[in-house]
Amino acid sequence: MHLSPDDIIFWQQGFLKLNATIVFTWGLMFVLVAGSILVTRNLSTGLRRSRWQNLLEIVVSAIKEQIAEVGLHQSEKYLGFLGTLFLFVAIASVFTIVPGYQPPTGSLSTTVALAICVFVAVPLFGIEDRGLGGYLRVYLKPTFIMLPFNIISELSRTLALAVRLFGNMMSGTMILAMLLTITPFIFPIAMSVLGLLTGMVQAYIFSILATVYIAAATRARKPEPGLEPEPED
Amino acid sequence: MDSMTLIAIASIVTAGLTIALGSIGPALGEGRAVATALSSLAQQPDAATTITRTLFVGLAMIESIAIYCFVVAMILIFTNPFWNHVIASAAGK
Repeated sequence: MHLSPDDIIFWQQGFLKLNATIVFTWGLMFVLVAGSILVTRNLSTGLRRSRWQNLLEIVVSAIKEQIAEVGLHQSEKYLGFLGTLFLFVAIASVFTIVPGYQPPTGSLSTTVALAICVFVAVPLFGIEDRGLGGYLRVYLKPTFIMLPFNIISELSRTLALAVRLFGNMMSGTMILAMLLTITPFIFPIAMSVLGLLTGMVQAYIFSILATVYIAAATRARKPEPGLEPEPED
Repeated sequence: MDSMTLIAIASIVTAGLTIALGSIGPALGEGRAVATALSSLAQQPDAATTITRTLFVGLAMIESIAIYCFVVAMILIFTNPFWNHVIASAAGK
């Protein structure tokens, strides 16, 4: 019984392997990019617009609103990164409908890569917003004795992001595989619907946690209208 | 009992105990979370979307503890390094 799509290898030469994870990831990227290019070819700002443009607008504005609600009020800056995280994990889960497909997020390599992206992005956004000294000062925040604990919490929440997503996706596919050998038809379908639901929830969780980490690292506060000019540093 | 049998017994027992004990805590926690969410929904039905969203986020965080235990159990059963080492040395003999 294989644990992840890493075990399905299509082509191998030396230490370079083309496994199912890479193939499915690139397939998802192709679908997302090609779909977006097709939809955004003739954008219209009037009242008549295509249903696909409507769909994309709903998705993008919902993500923007979520980002702003968590505390990042200039959501356009972070929309690219956080929106991509959400869309990739969500589409990776939704495509389980397609037969013969296994979500690439069911492989620890993909989820660790996504978690490392968040781990690198949080200091980047934090330094961009607060400056290098200001960002490093956050680590000494309650008292400077907390410095090792803050560093450890930074590392452990990255690991938790990766393992949470991996565990949810992997258990969904594994339960489906096991049930298919035991009971036919109805029960595996019910479990696969549950797998779709948890996949969407986990996509939302992943992106919301990334948003919260970035909001904690930047100067996230409610905008005070006209009370003070934007502080320089 | 040779080391191969010992490793097999330890892995199987530990895997079972891990997932059994590891699901108790998250299950109790999720029950409490849903109960509190339901009572606050009854108190303030117009905050339903916020409460529901926060409930789901909290449930996923609690669930991840059970997922960690599940991952450990799966590792012990399917990609157990000690078992692989013992098998490799038994096959090489």
